[in-house]
Amino acid sequence: MAPLYYYVGLSVIMFVIGILGMLLRRNAIVIFMSLELMFNAANLAFIAFSRHYQSLNGQMFVFFVMAVAAAEVAVGLALMVAIFRTRRSIDVDQISSMKG
Amino acid sequence: MTIQQVFFLAVAAITLFAAVMVVSTRRIMHAALWLILALFGVAVSFALLETGFFAVVQVVVYIGAIAILIIFAVMLTRQVFLDVGPQLNRGWWIPAVLVAGLYAALVGVLSTWSGFQTQAAALPEAASDLSQFGLALVDVNAYAVPFEVASVLLLGALVGAIFVASDRKGVER
Repeated sequence: MAPLYYYVGLSVIMFVIGILGMLLRRNAIVIFMSLELMFNAANLAFIAFSRHYQSLNGQMFVFFVMAVAAAEVAVGLALMVAIFRTRRSIDVDQISSMKG
Repeated sequence: MTIQQVFFLAVAAITLFAAVMVVSTRRIMHAALWLILALFGVAVSFALLETGFFAVVQVVVYIGAIAILIIFAVMLTRQVFLDVGPQLNRGWWIPAVLVAGLYAALVGVLSTWSGFQTQAAALPEAASDLSQFGLALVDVNAYAVPFEVASVLLLGALVGAIFVASDRKGVER
């Protein structure tokens, strides 16, 4: 079995790629995908440490993170579709007002 | 270096390449497909960590539900899948520098911890792991309340998503 730092290294690099995508890209859906990458990196770290310490709590956390991520994606993509319907664009630089 | 380590490194390389392609490709639809590959790589990592339950949940929830939802959103918000025009924010170098600093800080903090080199001990009885997990979810003294709150949250998100995305123009006008 691979040592722990392999998994944590993969998690750290994936998290950083996710942050980069989230901060640099303009398309809101790409920002969402970067968010999913960051969720997955965090989940991987949780599972790796939970396996390392042979504790169930980390797995429990991943379970709830997945539930919250599913809820977040459903609401977020619905928002995206609603914004696109009114503005005809999901470029985050153009979504500059909160007025509907 | 054992077979499993080589296998993990190959999976990690594929996962990271897919992750880079997700954030760098110009075509949004291709980014969604690369995201599926990255999520699948994470699922394989879960399986390598002997948590088969989460590998299956990853495939079912992330690849089966979330990735498909994202592809639907891509198709609903794009007439032309190729993005023209600038892809990056103005002032893109400020977050780039910040993220490089964050990466250096994470690696620095994590490398001071001594437990990384140790191999994980073998699981005592792998078969009963999942039943423990299930029992903890419904145990009042453990995670029953968060479990119920999560289900209410999912219901609220479902109703909210339908409310936000529904086209009410025909009703109002």
